[in-house]
Amino acid sequence: MLQRKIPLAMVFVFGVISTLQYFVPHPLSQQYYDTMLKWMIGVGSMAIFLALVSFLRHHYVRLRKKEHAPYSAVAILSFLFMTLVGFIGGMGPGSVFQKMFYYVQAPLQATMFSLLSYYMASASYRAFRAKSFEATLLLITAFIVMFSVTTFGNYVPGVPKALEWIMAVPNMASKRGIAIGVSLGSIATSLKIILGVERNWLGG
Amino acid sequence: MHISHDPWIWIAAILTLAIFSFLYKDNPFFKMAEHIFVGVATGYGFVYTWNNGIYPNLLRPLFVDHQILFVIPFILGLMYLSVVVPKFAYFIRWPFAFLLGVGSGLSIPLAFRASLVEQIKYTILPNPHGMSMGLFINALLILIGVVTVVLYFYFSTPHEGVMKPVTKVGIVFLMVGFGASFGYTIMARFSLLVGRFEFLLGNWLGVLPWLR
Amino acid sequence: MRDFLIKLASLNRTTIYLIITIGVLLPLVVPLNLGQKMSPPTERLYTFIDTLPKGSHILLSADYDPSTLPELQPMLEAIVKHAVLRGVIPIVMSLYPQGTGLGIQACEKARLELGARPDTDYVILGYKPGFSAVILGIGEDIRKIFPTNYSGIPLDSIPAMRGVKNYNDIALVVSFSGGSTPFAWVTYANTKYGQKIASGITAVSAADFYPYLQTGQFIGALMGMKGAAEYEYQVNKLLEKEGFKKAKSVFAVRGMEANSIAHFLIMLFIVVGNIGYFLTKKRREA
Repeated sequence: MLQRKIPLAMVFVFGVISTLQYFVPHPLSQQYYDTMLKWMIGVGSMAIFLALVSFLRHHYVRLRKKEHAPYSAVAILSFLFMTLVGFIGGMGPGSVFQKMFYYVQAPLQATMFSLLSYYMASASYRAFRAKSFEATLLLITAFIVMFSVTTFGNYVPGVPKALEWIMAVPNMASKRGIAIGVSLGSIATSLKIILGVERNWLGG
Repeated sequence: MHISHDPWIWIAAILTLAIFSFLYKDNPFFKMAEHIFVGVATGYGFVYTWNNGIYPNLLRPLFVDHQILFVIPFILGLMYLSVVVPKFAYFIRWPFAFLLGVGSGLSIPLAFRASLVEQIKYTILPNPHGMSMGLFINALLILIGVVTVVLYFYFSTPHEGVMKPVTKVGIVFLMVGFGASFGYTIMARFSLLVGRFEFLLGNWLGVLPWLR
Repeated sequence: MRDFLIKLASLNRTTIYLIITIGVLLPLVVPLNLGQKMSPPTERLYTFIDTLPKGSHILLSADYDPSTLPELQPMLEAIVKHAVLRGVIPIVMSLYPQGTGLGIQACEKARLELGARPDTDYVILGYKPGFSAVILGIGEDIRKIFPTNYSGIPLDSIPAMRGVKNYNDIALVVSFSGGSTPFAWVTYANTKYGQKIASGITAVSAADFYPYLQTGQFIGALMGMKGAAEYEYQVNKLLEKEGFKKAKSVFAVRGMEANSIAHFLIMLFIVVGNIGYFLTKKRREA
């Protein structure tokens, strides 16, 4: 009952009422809508505790393993430090909290993702082959787009227009086809969740 | 060359280089930097979520303004913590059920209009104010492209007979689309590298006079 | 010649990394000064903001984190500066925690370089968890969703927020994102409330946005560092005209030059790789 039936009933009741309220312009429906928006923010915010529990649990376990202990200790200490400076020193411009964000978190995250450019260069060189008609078509389009987006491409007559045409006609048609398929899929999944057909979210 | 004297810039530069060291191979400097990131990012997220979400949008209305109905989202929110006690961990399904139910319900009619009705409408009626020959050809190409791509992803019927040439056209459009995405992706990836080099050369080493 | 080409197609990883590094570094040290031309999606957004009446409000949602900073941050900074110069009030918020810090950074630049006054010439609302509930909630009453700004000041005490209740009082929303968040703005704010939306997106998802540009669900878009450079270049012209020469930024303009060289290198790598592949295949067949 508490484990499966109530959650499934909640999804059904909230799902049906929330869908119907869109079509019912009644003050009661509006009140429900306003209340739900406020509750969603409250419940959504509290999900951070789930992240905290799994973060602390994961690194606490690793503290007992010699090879991981120093790293996990650093992760926990970094977390505690950031939390303390945030709550004690404030979050305004110039605070230690913001400085930690600009000079520690931002460069670390930005650099991690910048490594991808090297891997992409290496992959282009090794794996991007015109082996078939489809691959050749992809390659030719990619070449035209790559040249057109460069600053030089701006100054070659006809190139900016060619880029805009590729993006706004054949590319757009293909992306719209995909988007229509994706939306049909996601609407169907939402309906299946509300009606209790799709229950994977309940977990094990 | 005006190398920076700001200790924060130095910290950022050293951490940047520690991450770049992964290009050579995985090493303790990289791992240390990676774990600093995980800790700092979690702390940052927690402080902001508390100060900008949990307190002003849940605790304050309930405990300061005494809006008693907020006790419901508060209790649902507390249920996330049930994961700490394995025996009661199933209570975590309740807040999820609430968010999934309301979220799906609110999104169905809107997503239907935004991603289906509007998209189909503008495929069939691209320009209500009339069009030139060129625009007409483009509109026709868009219509053919959208229909054949959608049919390509229709797997309930085998791609044989009349479906074979139709889906073949769909593949042509898809490949052009993927090529366009790939062409743009190069820019996305290299922008990140350019950004880091601008920081190292400009903000840290001070060899880019145009970067303040 | 054939042997040379086959050899050229079998460079090791370190050599490729080295070529890429030098290719990106050189144009940063020796700028090419090529300038920028606006593409249609950029021009539509620029013109929209440029022609807004003074005192209008635009909502800028920094829905990204540092992983996409080099592409999106120059967009946000350029639009904040553009708005401030035109007397339009940018309200900066975020659906992700990290976006708040980046939004503060963009506004700080406008404060230091243009003398913009916080809470009068711009407002920072900050992060609010809840995603779709936040977007929908602003359509009802922004004060119910953001009772205070990011640092705890009640919205009623902020002069720039006077008269702003919901989307009816906001001329445009621009969502900056490395993912699909701008689509959520279209689904919830545009479809339900008729709010005009534009987007600042990374190049990786640029191609996916065209269907929504054609329908007018986005009134304009800045796409990747190219879009950032185009907008930045245009705002620089305006800054120079208005006497704020020192506030000019060429982060994206120069970055795009380095990016252009990197594009040529990738094209070269693909060509060389393919020549080597076909020559080796031919030799094996012979």
